[in-house]
Amino acid sequence: MSSPRYWRGIPQRYRLEAGKCKKCGKIYFPPRLICDECKSREFEKVNLPKEGKILTYTIIRVAPSQCTDQAPYAMGIVELSAGSTGKDGVKILSQIADCDFDKLEIGMPVRIEFRKIYQEGEAGIICYGYKCVPV
Amino acid sequence: MRDVAIIGVGMNKWGELWESSLRDIFTEAALLAIEDAEVDHIDSMYIGCMSSGLFVGQEHLSSLLTDYLGMGPIPATRVESACSSGGLALRTGLIDVASGMNDIVLVGGVEKMTDVSVHGATFALSTAADQEYEVYHGVTFPGLYALMARAHMHRYGTTRKQLAQVAVKNHYHGSMNPLAQYPQKITAEEVIESVMVADPLRILDCSPITDGAAAVILAPLDLAKKISKKPVVKIIGSGHATDTIALHSRKDLTEIKSTERAAKIAYEMASKSPEEIHLAEVHDCFTIAEICVIEALGFAEKGKGGPATEHGMTTLGGKIPVNTSGGLKSKGHPVGATGVAQAIEITKQLRGEAGERQVKNAKVGLTQNMGGSGGSSIVHIMEVV
Repeated sequence: MSSPRYWRGIPQRYRLEAGKCKKCGKIYFPPRLICDECKSREFEKVNLPKEGKILTYTIIRVAPSQCTDQAPYAMGIVELSAGSTGKDGVKILSQIADCDFDKLEIGMPVRIEFRKIYQEGEAGIICYGYKCVPV
Repeated sequence: MRDVAIIGVGMNKWGELWESSLRDIFTEAALLAIEDAEVDHIDSMYIGCMSSGLFVGQEHLSSLLTDYLGMGPIPATRVESACSSGGLALRTGLIDVASGMNDIVLVGGVEKMTDVSVHGATFALSTAADQEYEVYHGVTFPGLYALMARAHMHRYGTTRKQLAQVAVKNHYHGSMNPLAQYPQKITAEEVIESVMVADPLRILDCSPITDGAAAVILAPLDLAKKISKKPVVKIIGSGHATDTIALHSRKDLTEIKSTERAAKIAYEMASKSPEEIHLAEVHDCFTIAEICVIEALGFAEKGKGGPATEHGMTTLGGKIPVNTSGGLKSKGHPVGATGVAQAIEITKQLRGEAGERQVKNAKVGLTQNMGGSGGSSIVHIMEVV
């Protein structure tokens, strides 16, 4: 991965920066330029909550080349807490680290931590980002 | 808009074709289609191909493939929509003929997938998912469909055995297709005991990596009736829709909304309902995909795709046979060719040329081709006239 491409993703991968539509309140992760609900183009920067629950999960046994050293590993789609907004929480896909595969279940509470995702060989970029861990 | 018909089909044996190049396998299929249609020229050409750049380092297929087919300088267009590239090429060719711009149009699809390592193929295929927010985190396509499978099993009680039955059925159908890559029959036990790829999906839940091509010839219906010596298959409905590229951005993880939407458009255009379809070729890239798709097409109620498959509704001889060609699972899945090959199977069935796997009295057939985890879908409905 080239340095500029990696650098562009840092606000989302390190700080979970999302865009909240100023008109209808919908939150986008990653941020977008136009709201698909109300077509507004005005957003404010918000950080996603770090708690959520597993909606579905799998164990990746046959991994892509950059992740073969980690396999097998769990991955899940996690809905982050929407607090008292009454709306659906933002959903993300991430690895579920530090878990017992046999104890994973739909609805399980998790929290987001900052982790190493993979390393591009001896001299390449070390890629960081978010992973979920059971609470 | 003019009515459009399929007047010729061509497909070679699919598999790991070490001795053939992309240009060779495409040209073979295209020549078979031209011979089948008995036409002496084509006016334009569309080529469905997902990723010749990553698989063989070759782009610019419009020039390469018209050149090797001996059809230069006709106009040619490469069409890309991940695994639905072939279906979209068919729709694009259909629009070309329907508009009156061209008369005899060749729609082909091709993918040469075995010139790279398994990791190379996994990477090329993964470009159909969101690189920044799915693939970066280590997910694969079996992984994405496994996430859908787990959600479907949790919500509707779909069982491991019902998933396996999709593969068992499609291999049974494929055993009657001499062009299939894996024509072996398999059992549910073999599926359930095969190597785990991404829980709950095992290797025999997954479609294979395949080299292959397919081609059809389109013509205006009036002209087709004059020149064709075979039963003419009219395309009576065409629908195309998109959805979010990332699976996790969708409201419901058990539904394929792009297929539902594309099917609604195609059914309306054809003035047909799901009950009036006699057979279908659908995108069974993974066993769970076929279950979600038959629900989206209205063949089974939401959540009932598993039991419907288990009870034989979609097996040859059942109420609506699905994937009589063997589907992606047994016939193979050279991604850009798949959508075109689906139209070939329906054409052969509607002409009564499907041999052992012939569906009796088949008059109306449907194809459903999708890209990624359902980010794009194309549905066509065809009727013999």
